[in-house]
Amino acid sequence: MAEPTRRRFLNWLLGTSAGALAAAVVYPVARFVSPPSVPESTANQVEAGLENDPELLEKGFKIVRFGDEPVILLKTATGDYRAFAATCTHLDCIVEFRQAEQLIWCNCHDGVYDLTGRNIAGPPPRPLDAYTVHRVERGSGQAASLVIEKA
Amino acid sequence: MTVGDPTAPTTRRAAVRAWLVDRLSLTGPLDKLAHKSVPVHRYGVFYYLGGMTLFFFVVQVVTGILLMLYYRPSAEQAFESVEFIMTTVPFGWLVRSLHSWSANLMVYFAVVHMVSVLFLKAYRPPRELTWITGALLLFVTLAFGFSGYLLPWNQLAFFATKVGTDIAGSVPLVGEWLLRFLRGGERVGGGTLSRFYGWHVAILPAAATVILVVHLLLVQVHGMSVPPGAAADEAARRRPMRFLPHYALRDLFGWVLALGVLATLAALFPWELGEKADPFAPAFRDIRPEWYFMFLFETLKLVPGGEVAGIEYEAFPILLSGLFAVLFVLVPFFDRGDSRRASSTVTLLGVLTVVYAVGMTAWGYRSWVPVAVVVATLLLLAVLARVTRHDPRAGRAGAAGPPSGREEGA
Repeated sequence: MAEPTRRRFLNWLLGTSAGALAAAVVYPVARFVSPPSVPESTANQVEAGLENDPELLEKGFKIVRFGDEPVILLKTATGDYRAFAATCTHLDCIVEFRQAEQLIWCNCHDGVYDLTGRNIAGPPPRPLDAYTVHRVERGSGQAASLVIEKA
Repeated sequence: MTVGDPTAPTTRRAAVRAWLVDRLSLTGPLDKLAHKSVPVHRYGVFYYLGGMTLFFFVVQVVTGILLMLYYRPSAEQAFESVEFIMTTVPFGWLVRSLHSWSANLMVYFAVVHMVSVLFLKAYRPPRELTWITGALLLFVTLAFGFSGYLLPWNQLAFFATKVGTDIAGSVPLVGEWLLRFLRGGERVGGGTLSRFYGWHVAILPAAATVILVVHLLLVQVHGMSVPPGAAADEAARRRPMRFLPHYALRDLFGWVLALGVLATLAALFPWELGEKADPFAPAFRDIRPEWYFMFLFETLKLVPGGEVAGIEYEAFPILLSGLFAVLFVLVPFFDRGDSRRASSTVTLLGVLTVVYAVGMTAWGYRSWVPVAVVVATLLLLAVLARVTRHDPRAGRAGAAGPPSGREEGA
């Protein structure tokens, strides 16, 4: 341990001051560049349109906005409605419903889910989150409306 | 900091340094830098003003790049994105306030720098191009200010931009084209915002960088100008100060001080955002431009409506300002230092211009603050001149510093 000298003390003072100044600049910049978490939609359910929606009738499915998240609403061969998170658990692509095979399919890397959202083939590591679909009758002669709710 | 410190441990670090110096052929420039010196005299304080402007420019570049990470240049999203920066992003309020405050301080220092260079006659041969590039940098700075003012897309900026671009529209012959060019269409709208954003973050920075590099190189080539008269005698009598490390450390000290003042202003007086621009709402009563355009704005207010020979009255002060700007750039060619009359004419015109600009600004704000700012600036410069005038090496007491500071030489 060297003798404390005036020079060493001044160097220490200068060094810590410069270090504090650098920290006072770097810390805010580091915080600024990391984006803040924006609260997502807190809605628990969304109106997904009518039962006789032409898109739904023709392709057997449609993608519905649930806050910022896409949700896939599909009609199975047996006529019941199901809804799942439409984001493939593999690499974030949006899935579609293949009516002929009655499977949920992700075209990016051929990930396959069954009608309960379970991943049954291809790369997806997890099943799709399931949502509940309610049919809301709107009186006689009118098509029922579909409401998707977080399970 | 020290170039070629002989006491440094040799070995690898020295080898890497030698390799870099060789490959970048830095021997010449480093040698020049090591021997660069700055004259010492009573007006030495004015040498710091350019560096101060440069410091705020660097702050603008850094904070501007940070703001770009969140800013969205569209009429629908600009205001909200700035609001988001100021309320939600960590330290966003600080970064945005630093950018706004630093912008104003940069204009302020650029103007003070320019005025001092004018009165100290530093534009004379061989420094004509240094003056011209400096004048261009001032224009670029003002363009930065004008374009940046609109970006938050608030009411004040929206109407100030309508007025500012409309002024351009009253220039004879090219006015109509200029108006459409500036606005990106007939009206101030989303198209104008995209355009101003492009100018503000791409075109002007590119231009500023190129002109700045030339300006700084010219300062290195010609060295600091010594004002004629008593200062020249004093500078001849006193030993110049070595740039490295003495002068550079003083510059650095000033910048640290400036950073402190800037951070204090930004923290205590965060820049306000105002209300979102609404093209279908009536303009505020006190719609006004940035302070550095105030004197032009007030001048235009004095001009009555009407036209002569198909030219609006408004066009005359505008054309005169343009002519004045051109004359201003060409000052070094009127006063070459060989005519006493030319010299006093430039000084007189400079004084009149400053008095007019300050007076009209004060009149525009109906306030004495602009005058007070000028007086405060003069007082501050006088105090700083006294502080920096003293050369610690002049003392004969002996222990003036470490041995490395003693090997003076030119």
